[in-house]
Amino acid sequence: MRRTPVHSGDIHERARWALQDAHLQEAYRSSTLRLFTHRLEAISEVPGWQRLRDRAHALKREVMEHLDCYLAQFASNVEQRGGQVHWAATGQEACAIVREIAERAGATEVVKAKTMVSEEIELNPALEAAGIFATETDLGEFIVQLAGERPAHIVAPAMHKTRHDVSALFAAHLHSQPTDVPEELTAIARRALRERFARAGMGLSGANFAVAETGTIVLVENEGNIRFATTAPRIHVALVGIEKLIPRLADLAVFLRVLGRSGTGQGLTVYTSLLTGPRRPGEDGPEEMHVVLVDNGRVATLADPKMREVLYCIRCGGCLNACPVYRKIGGHAYGWVYSGPIGALITPQFIGLESARELPFASSLCALCREVCPVKINIPDLLLCLRSRAQERSKAPRPKGSLASERTLMRLWAWAMKRPWAYSLGGRLARLGQRFVARQGWIRKFPVFPLSRWTEGRDFPALAPKSFRERWKEISK
Amino acid sequence: MKTGIPASKPRVALFITCLADQLFPQVGDCVVEVLGRLEVEVTFNPKQTCCGQPAFNTGYRQEAREVASRFLDLFDDAEYVVAPSGSCTSMIRVFYPELFAGDPERLRKAQNLGSRLFEFSEFLVKVLQVEDVGASFPHRVAYHDSCHLLRELGIEEEPRRLIRAVRGVELLELQDHRLCCGFGGTFAVKFPEVSVAMAEDKLRAATAAGAQYLVANDASCLMHLAGLIHRQGLPLQTMHLAELLAKRL
Repeated sequence: MRRTPVHSGDIHERARWALQDAHLQEAYRSSTLRLFTHRLEAISEVPGWQRLRDRAHALKREVMEHLDCYLAQFASNVEQRGGQVHWAATGQEACAIVREIAERAGATEVVKAKTMVSEEIELNPALEAAGIFATETDLGEFIVQLAGERPAHIVAPAMHKTRHDVSALFAAHLHSQPTDVPEELTAIARRALRERFARAGMGLSGANFAVAETGTIVLVENEGNIRFATTAPRIHVALVGIEKLIPRLADLAVFLRVLGRSGTGQGLTVYTSLLTGPRRPGEDGPEEMHVVLVDNGRVATLADPKMREVLYCIRCGGCLNACPVYRKIGGHAYGWVYSGPIGALITPQFIGLESARELPFASSLCALCREVCPVKINIPDLLLCLRSRAQERSKAPRPKGSLASERTLMRLWAWAMKRPWAYSLGGRLARLGQRFVARQGWIRKFPVFPLSRWTEGRDFPALAPKSFRERWKEISK
Repeated sequence: MKTGIPASKPRVALFITCLADQLFPQVGDCVVEVLGRLEVEVTFNPKQTCCGQPAFNTGYRQEAREVASRFLDLFDDAEYVVAPSGSCTSMIRVFYPELFAGDPERLRKAQNLGSRLFEFSEFLVKVLQVEDVGASFPHRVAYHDSCHLLRELGIEEEPRRLIRAVRGVELLELQDHRLCCGFGGTFAVKFPEVSVAMAEDKLRAATAAGAQYLVANDASCLMHLAGLIHRQGLPLQTMHLAELLAKRL
């Protein structure tokens, strides 16, 4: 029941498409560079930065290793403070729960704060099918919603859009005057959203953190839309992936310090909200607060001792901003909700490696993501693990222009590498063969994989007339 | 990890790496020459082929293990093993322990080999404690940090110190100099368009900085960048660090 099917093979097509779009390339180049630079500046202000990362990693490990206890503690505390807890094993269950809450409350309009989990479970179409209309109130998500697209980045959903794109979108859907002044565009969105906030019977959010000790949902933002969406409507529903748990309120001192700096270079975001239960007598706020705890592949990941680390992610988007592959191919190339280095791990884990077989290979393993990750997830190591699982479980698609399957090529390669005589013979045969294709020390075109794919975009150096070991042999005589 | 300046004339077993062996043998010649200047004797075991990284990188762990197992026995009596490659060195030092995690005997051998194995610039600066190897090269040189060298081995300062000691050289730091060149092993032929686009960014930074030469410690990065330079006719030349250090007027 996906809105846009996940095509694992299409990452190649989509990557090619993104590379050819100069407009898109510039949008990603400048946005990721800006965020990456801001992060560097922000962390330079924190003398104990590496220790903070170690602490954040250790806290997340503690939570994952006792998640059942922390979830029970969290749920109990939410209920004690008047909130209602729901458990959703699948995306479909989560959608049904949210729909039922809205129907019981008679809410036909919902205002949404940015929540990636809602994208995962495809909540908006499910609500629409029941006659409930959800408006995204985060500016980037609002833009993406008008465009009928998925978010292109975990933190900056409209990163791929320029102000001209946005102006055109607003003119088409909101009938506004074209402008490329950011403040004017924001004002147009604000006016449109204001009415929706006022009418909405329900506000829906995610959670950046869920504190077990107190039953508190923690939300960070720069725009104020989350605060509005979670306090003005009568009903507040929080969709919480079960990995969002942290043990104690005091642990926010670690997580809030690493989250903003890693993602956007901010010491703290403009608003940080701690919501514990619905309003109490005499207070402002929603009458009802619902927390929907979502599994949707997380428990299976938790059960996997190696891949469990993927759940440590606090969704800062830092790895996307650092990744040299992401900045070239953009978020949509990854084919699902989560993109960039962490997306290449989350997607196969949540929807199955068979559906996303190519993702772990779409990386040069440069490891910059690991360096910037605030919770020190060893992303390259986990990508290598998924690569080996992919090869164990299924045959790799036959490479274009290959004389044999990838596995057969590797087996042949391994056979030769174990036998110096075969290795040397291979070298001598290659030197013989290259006389037909090499010009002045370079091979420009070759019909057979892997050289065929190599030479599509660059030349390949011809093998040297004599290998080092041949020369050494001669010198030693 | 062996530390401290060797007391007597040290002996080094050269791990040439399959790429340098077949494509850039002059890198091997230069390593031998530079070490010779420093009174280090170099031996070469012709039974070596490859460390197994291509298979490991692509997810074929069984094939990688087979090739790596053989590799473990090739340097048993070498006090030091030196490789002109960050990626091959990190394969052995960082990834062999993972590859042999379930095999205590081989794991022990791998850890032992890893403690005696050094990347070339690391060996010069950390073991021999030398920065000036008597080289001369009066040109503008940009240095490219290869990813495994930088992030798996933590080698960042050593190559720069060696380059700065070369007479007449002007070392340029590239804007965004920590950016991957795009080779990435089999990534280069699985996602060739992305791989090439990443190299274009790297080369644009090098030419913008006014570099005449682009130097790195890894033949893999260099063959990828050189291939694009040649295809696009760019006014830039690649060079392995060993070749630079062997240069004399």
